[in-house]
Amino acid sequence: MDAVFLSRLQFAAATFFHFLFVPLTLGLSILIAILETRYARTQDQELYRAARFWGKIFLINFAVGVVTGITLEFQFGTNWSRYSAYVGDIFGSLLAIEATVAFFLESTFIGVWIYGWKRFSPKAHATVIWLVAGASNISAFWILIANAWMQHPVGYAIRNGRAELTDFMAVVTQPFAWHTILHTLSGAYILSAFFMMGISAWFLLRKKEVSLFTRSFKLGLTFGLIFSLVAVIHGHYNGGEVAATQPTKLAAMESHWETQKNAPIYLLAIPDPANERNAVEIGPLPGLLSLLAYHSPSAEVKGLKAWPKEERPPVTLVFAAFKIMVGLGFLFVLLMIIGWILRHRLVEAPWYLKIMLYAIPLPYIAIQAGWVVTEVGRQPWIVYGVMKTAQAASPVAASQVGITLAAFVVVYSIIALFYLYLIRRTVVNGPEPAKV
Amino acid sequence: MLTTIWFLLWGVLWAVYFVLDGFDLGLGALAPFLAKNEKEKQTVYHALGPVWNGNEVWLITAGGVTFAAFPTTYAVMFSSLYSALMLVLFALIIRGVSLEFRGLVASPGWRRFWDGGFFIGSFLPALLFGVAFANIFMGLPLNAEGINQGGLFDLLNPYGLLGGLLFLSLFLQHGALWLALRTEGDLSRRAGGLATGLWIPVLVLAVLFLAATYGYTGLWNNYFNNPVLLILPALAVVCLLLTRVKMAGKSWGGAWVFSAGTIALCTLFGVIGLYPNLIPSSLNSAWSMTISNSASSPLTLKIMLGVALVFVPIVIIYQALVYRAFLYKITSEHLKEEVY
Repeated sequence: MDAVFLSRLQFAAATFFHFLFVPLTLGLSILIAILETRYARTQDQELYRAARFWGKIFLINFAVGVVTGITLEFQFGTNWSRYSAYVGDIFGSLLAIEATVAFFLESTFIGVWIYGWKRFSPKAHATVIWLVAGASNISAFWILIANAWMQHPVGYAIRNGRAELTDFMAVVTQPFAWHTILHTLSGAYILSAFFMMGISAWFLLRKKEVSLFTRSFKLGLTFGLIFSLVAVIHGHYNGGEVAATQPTKLAAMESHWETQKNAPIYLLAIPDPANERNAVEIGPLPGLLSLLAYHSPSAEVKGLKAWPKEERPPVTLVFAAFKIMVGLGFLFVLLMIIGWILRHRLVEAPWYLKIMLYAIPLPYIAIQAGWVVTEVGRQPWIVYGVMKTAQAASPVAASQVGITLAAFVVVYSIIALFYLYLIRRTVVNGPEPAKV
Repeated sequence: MLTTIWFLLWGVLWAVYFVLDGFDLGLGALAPFLAKNEKEKQTVYHALGPVWNGNEVWLITAGGVTFAAFPTTYAVMFSSLYSALMLVLFALIIRGVSLEFRGLVASPGWRRFWDGGFFIGSFLPALLFGVAFANIFMGLPLNAEGINQGGLFDLLNPYGLLGGLLFLSLFLQHGALWLALRTEGDLSRRAGGLATGLWIPVLVLAVLFLAATYGYTGLWNNYFNNPVLLILPALAVVCLLLTRVKMAGKSWGGAWVFSAGTIALCTLFGVIGLYPNLIPSSLNSAWSMTISNSASSPLTLKIMLGVALVFVPIVIIYQALVYRAFLYKITSEHLKEEVY
């Protein structure tokens, strides 16, 4: 295995692991901020205990999210130095802005929040968690702008042997970035809502702290309903944006080989990239792909064969990941609608609570699948149309990359085990007892 | 001009990082020798708990600014120091997890485990940052493509090791002073005593380092060519002496401030000596990474300067407020407070 491939594996492992924790940070911080604000207004001790309980889970998650995030900033330089030198003028500045504008705020005030329960008034303390929540989300905003630039580079010129910034506002305001942000944040909020509902369901099924966890469940439900609808409806427009900017990715998402008008989507298809066709195609829905991509059933959609083989992304992986994400997205809406109907008699519907408990991993799968579509679908480019991934890696020995990859796998696996242990322990211990 | 401003900002960011995270790292490396029982250990963790997260972001920002303002230097620096930086990274990961996970379970075995992680995760970066910067001061064997021709063990040369020991000893003293400042009674006395005892090793290492710098690096050239700059190393020495004076008077806060000054000025001494290089090439000076051949475009530098001039002061203000809020003497009452 060469250094490029090992670096790709290493980066994939590090980002996927990091993004197991980021979405919960983004959403749960807001949910806790809502609970704490309501506590500050009403002095209702149950809300205080709820905020403390979710807060403890939040902190365990936050810690792992932060330490695994540092890895990524290092890796651009250690493993992708040619990429960094080529696009640092744009990409580097977005990361630096993220650190200066958002990450400082988030990290400074998380300490205040942890140690400030007694030192500050409930209102001041609630303000602190709003600062943390706001900063985390602003942080995501800048990181996603940077990612969107890799997907759809704008506002630059190739000068002095590299990509140089020509229009900062074009980079920040480009629609692709805003689609990415809306879609990613929706996903993060869905995941957080499902997490809160799933853990609450565990308590409701055992009839423990029924009042506290009914309130938590309903808060998660409101959040989850809104954002599962946003994700699905907006996902349609996101698809259109991909069609306009990354036609190879769109073709791979649907395993669409032949350029044609009235392009269909199949209910079931199995890609056969070796023979540039689908091995199985069942249940064509004529014109649907044209409609989704270009908002017109008669529009022409380019097939994968329109590009030389070396410019196509790996089809099967992107196709399967896309189907998983979309399928789960619709399932989330369904589960949220059922929940909304049952919201006043949750305890009487143990079957639904059980489903929601076991549904906790599903948004994680959906989000990771979404990133597979985004990142694998961009291949063979690291910056779409500008720089190939193969040209981007550092001039370091494959052995160095291999050893650190193994170290990442070991260290991250150990951290994951501790994480699961601590989350489980925190849940089983339950909220702090009410004060008399 | 723009690139020079960014060069200075780059140096200042590293200096602030070493001042702020320096006491976290130093205290982490000292903790096993200072804290005798669980209560004292908790006191050490409480002394860092509210602020270490914010301190560490100065590293992220220093790295981010290297990436943004001098992308080619960032690329060469991080890929050249691959193994060393990966070691730092793993250490920082272990430190972060240890700090946050330790308090969550009350069992002694659990806590010992994370105490070990906290020690390793603090000791290694304190040493390796010094090794890395000393090697940068000396120059790396970069070829015409900016590719490092040396390996990990080439970094462990006498000058690199001396730099590592200097950083380590400065951070240890800095961390001990922070603990002395934040505690009362026996623990504060012991921490203060340890800081005072570390002063002679710091002084010896600093003198050796400054002398070795003359032999191993070209840093002094800038100072001999512009004697007015000699005020920087002179001030570093003054700060180091005043640290000792304040320690003699058991004024730990004052001593901490001068120790911070020593660390910042030592860093800036090295950085100013490098100018206009960011990483000299020890093979051929034409292959060095400089402010002219590795900087970003003027537009990016201007935009980033605007962002830095607005947000860095804001960061300094709210971090200062947070430090003020948490600058109390830690007592058993504080340890009982409802932290997690």
